[in-house]
Amino acid sequence: MATTSTLAPMAGTGHAASGRTGTPTFAGVLRSEFTKIRSVRSTYWSLLALVVVTIGFGALASYGATRGGHGGPFFDATQRSLGGLYISQLVIGVLGVLVISSEYSTGMIRTTLTTLPRRGLMIAAKAVVFAVVAFVTGLITCFASFFVGQAIMSSDHIGASLSQPNVLRAVLGGALFLTACGLLAFGFGLLIRHTAGAITTVVGLLFVVTILVNLLPSTWQNHVDKWIPAMAGTQIWTTIPSQGQPAMFAPWTGFAVFCGYAAIVLIAAVALFRKRDA
Amino acid sequence: MIEARGLTKRYGETVAVDNLSFSVAPGKITGFLGPNGAGKTTTMRLILGLDRPTSGTVTIEGRPFTQVTQPMRQVGALLDAKALHGGRSAYNHLLCVAQSNNLPKARVDEVLGLVGLTDVAGKRATGFSLGMGQRLGIAAALLGDPQILMFDEPVNGLDPEGILWIRNLMKALAAEGRTVFVSSHLMSEMENTADHLLVIGRGKLIADCTVDEFIAANSQLTVRVRTPQQDQLTKLVATAGGTVRENGDGTIVISGLDPSQVGDLAYENSVRLHELAPVHASLEQAFMELTASSVQFRAGVPGGPGAAGPVAGEQVLTGEVA
Repeated sequence: MATTSTLAPMAGTGHAASGRTGTPTFAGVLRSEFTKIRSVRSTYWSLLALVVVTIGFGALASYGATRGGHGGPFFDATQRSLGGLYISQLVIGVLGVLVISSEYSTGMIRTTLTTLPRRGLMIAAKAVVFAVVAFVTGLITCFASFFVGQAIMSSDHIGASLSQPNVLRAVLGGALFLTACGLLAFGFGLLIRHTAGAITTVVGLLFVVTILVNLLPSTWQNHVDKWIPAMAGTQIWTTIPSQGQPAMFAPWTGFAVFCGYAAIVLIAAVALFRKRDA
Repeated sequence: MIEARGLTKRYGETVAVDNLSFSVAPGKITGFLGPNGAGKTTTMRLILGLDRPTSGTVTIEGRPFTQVTQPMRQVGALLDAKALHGGRSAYNHLLCVAQSNNLPKARVDEVLGLVGLTDVAGKRATGFSLGMGQRLGIAAALLGDPQILMFDEPVNGLDPEGILWIRNLMKALAAEGRTVFVSSHLMSEMENTADHLLVIGRGKLIADCTVDEFIAANSQLTVRVRTPQQDQLTKLVATAGGTVRENGDGTIVISGLDPSQVGDLAYENSVRLHELAPVHASLEQAFMELTASSVQFRAGVPGGPGAAGPVAGEQVLTGEVA
């Protein structure tokens, strides 16, 4: 009986030096959440898909530009090379949803919250870890996508370089945009708690709304279009203001609007998460 | 020490936990008993802060669990064997749990050894059997070397070896002065492990006493008799103030008289007895009798007799008459 059950005194608990042993801290919860995100396969599949989709579609779009059809003086070679972001915003969205919805779908949330009942601490650490992973991966991906795209377009002498105005901001902006998309999706995952439902909502907001708005009368579109989340957010990875109608927000303004949407979803989700039954 | 005061949880119209007040003391195993759906799991979720009470409070050493400064040092809980991400290895599961409370990494290896999962530590939990899942859940509960342990139906679906292991583990933990709070719908299991009992039915506290008190208070000693002169003995027993019920197997069960009284009565009246045996009610039966009304109420819609079926079945198994 005693062989399996008697607990050895826990290492370190008797020493004054380890005063924080057993007391949750933000640094400790960050480590915990990083262990969680690095120890499941879905993270690696999602991030691999993010890299492949962004670079692949960016390269395809860049190749298309060399075959004619680019818009002369207003051609945005940076934006063209980052065009894969239109698709990969959804890939990071899927990971953002999964990071939190998988806690619910697997039942892990019961272990998480019974070992760390301070929900605000847990969810803040989880969001930070995910945001850092998304930003770092996004940064690598956007720079890679930019250089691949410019290499393809350089043959036609239509490429851009990082030293040109706004180009560095746009490439960094691509990573910021992915991070914000991921956090928006994370918010929906926390709010809805079901993987499929949350992913559907994210696709609806980022894709379907953008398409539906085209059905509005053009006089309305002039007022509405720039506020559409995807249209506001994507301005951060352009280098030349859009020439057409309806007019869009300036890059940072548009990105701020997009972050505002993400913040609304996140704040609502966290407020609800702290109150409701898990 | 776990203390609940007026603890109530409603889900819409349904009252899952109804004004529960109890305390769970250290140094012994407190069994938390009730039929399925009685509110045991909900009560445990309320204690652990997973759900919020509609009214009332529940505290651990005087504080709500959500405000405890060292949650894993204070409480270790196994709610079910599936409270984990199956894609994660056993080691990484325990590691992320330990890190959240700043517990040393070495502790992960210790508890893996303690529950006997060292050899499969690197394997993904999705391939684990139910018993291995239970062990992994218990390992997580033990990580913080906690003063209070809570297990929700820990032996459900386990093989005899696993049941014995958990039973011995709980006994050893209680012997070390810890608070052990374990739920079950199986009386026989509690009879073997628990020192103290909290019995609930339909969310209400029905009994709060020791196991011995529970049996004594909720069952009576009866006498099983086999005789060729059944009618004669039945009349004699009735005259002496006892009652007789017929058993299905040709014996009768006498209550209200003790075995020596029945024997004397038969001897004095020249009634031949082929069998005379005292029958002590088991905890299982005491529980059945106590919660029968609440079970019937819950299953009341399809009709009473169906709901009472399993109750009668159990009693036949324990040699008693319904």
